[in-house]
Amino acid sequence: MKKNKDFMPKILAFLCNWCSYAGADLAGTSRIKYPPSIMAIRVMCSSRVDPILIIDAYLCGFDGVLVAGCHPGDCHYQKGNYYTRRRFVVLKKIVEGLGLESDRLRLSWVSASEGQKFAKVSTEFTDNIKEIGENPVKSEIFL
Amino acid sequence: MTKALKLSIKPEQGILEFLRFLLENGKVKGVFTLNKINKNGAVAYSLISNSDELNNAVPFFPIMPANAGKLLSRFTLKGGATEPVAAVVKPCELRAFIELVKREQGKLENILFISLTCGGVYPLSKAVYENVEKYLSEYWDVVKKGEISVDLRSACKGCTEFSPYNADITFDLLGNNDLDKNCIVFLNTKKGEEFAKGMNAKFLEKELDNKKLDKILDKRKIEKKKIFDELETKMNGMDGLIEIFGKCIGCHGCSKVCPICYCKLCGFDSSDFEYRSSNYEAEFRKRGGIRVPPRTLFYHLGRLDHISISCIGCGSCEDICPVDIPISVIFKKIGESVQKMFDYIPGKNIEEDIPLITFKEEEFAEVEQ
Repeated sequence: MKKNKDFMPKILAFLCNWCSYAGADLAGTSRIKYPPSIMAIRVMCSSRVDPILIIDAYLCGFDGVLVAGCHPGDCHYQKGNYYTRRRFVVLKKIVEGLGLESDRLRLSWVSASEGQKFAKVSTEFTDNIKEIGENPVKSEIFL
Repeated sequence: MTKALKLSIKPEQGILEFLRFLLENGKVKGVFTLNKINKNGAVAYSLISNSDELNNAVPFFPIMPANAGKLLSRFTLKGGATEPVAAVVKPCELRAFIELVKREQGKLENILFISLTCGGVYPLSKAVYENVEKYLSEYWDVVKKGEISVDLRSACKGCTEFSPYNADITFDLLGNNDLDKNCIVFLNTKKGEEFAKGMNAKFLEKELDNKKLDKILDKRKIEKKKIFDELETKMNGMDGLIEIFGKCIGCHGCSKVCPICYCKLCGFDSSDFEYRSSNYEAEFRKRGGIRVPPRTLFYHLGRLDHISISCIGCGSCEDICPVDIPISVIFKKIGESVQKMFDYIPGKNIEEDIPLITFKEEEFAEVEQ
């Protein structure tokens, strides 16, 4: 695993349209600083994210994958994020079971008013990934 | 106490006797069971309505040509059976069918489930390259003693769910000492009792001998641990996975035979999954090379994610794998750890929701960071 100081991770973030994407937007409009590592994909609900998409992102070489949605109970579609949570728990268990780095996956609840929290989550996650290092899958050929 | 029947013949003949009784008395209109298709030990599942055809039936043959749960699902997909049918299935096949019914891929109506305490089956390759008939005496001997035959598939050797759930009628075979002369048939449900009524046999009140089964369970648990531990040594992160799945030829056979993989249009089979030439170029520019066909590991991990919650560990996937990847062991191991989180045993209870389509409001708070 390479570790260099200038390493800026690439993190794929699935943000739910109603909360987290608006939260990220708020972070931007409020000019709160957060690292340029986050690449956002807007989805209508965090439960839209089939864990397969997360696996694909991981195998494509992203250093981290973030899934963010509304706080439990606040889902625009009533209960989408509860399903997300179960799916994420299952995915984490599988990834751990296979001996892969489950720290590269993160689930966070960020509401539309939490620009601050979005910045905090992205900074924290980026720092964590910097700590773990680059995704070794990047240079694997025989996937 | 459960009602039971005592037949004074070998179970292989006992089941035929029972099926013949059901057919000839019009209690069922058809029987779903394994049938011999030639003298070389090749078998296939079929639906029989004529009792003469039962001469070729071998319901307890230790080969699983396909998971019967999947076959029953095809039979009942577009509406349940309209006339009563008896299905002789192994416990894992029954659990597979229950999982499929939960997914609305089949109907339970009008099917009488006859199952057995299962001693496992031989790999399919044995039926293809050898004649399984010559193993039969050895097989029944091992079943009688309640031991594990070394030739069985690894999925069966380490199977701990060998007594059926949801079966109307259970043939008690495993660890039964006088299997040569007698067989005990448990009528677990009212439906089972109803169908067996009038059968020319001794009716008893009896309970499945749990002590005997627990002993077998312990043996199987030890074997399972051995199999899992062996896998553990091979599975060390990404390198281990590439080693294991690297030889995959991408035939997607494992998903074709998997009873839980029921989707008619699989994303992994679609043209979306196929790389364009620009994708190939982008990949080898980034990585310095690319495996062809690409994304095999993605396919297996993706399937693992979709299946693990309901994986019944029937071992069909490993059975048909042309390059002998220990898929079923991996799926069973990961599957069990996932199922444990929700206290879920796939196929145990038809009333119980699949954990991924339900939730509790207060749970797994620790996963959110």
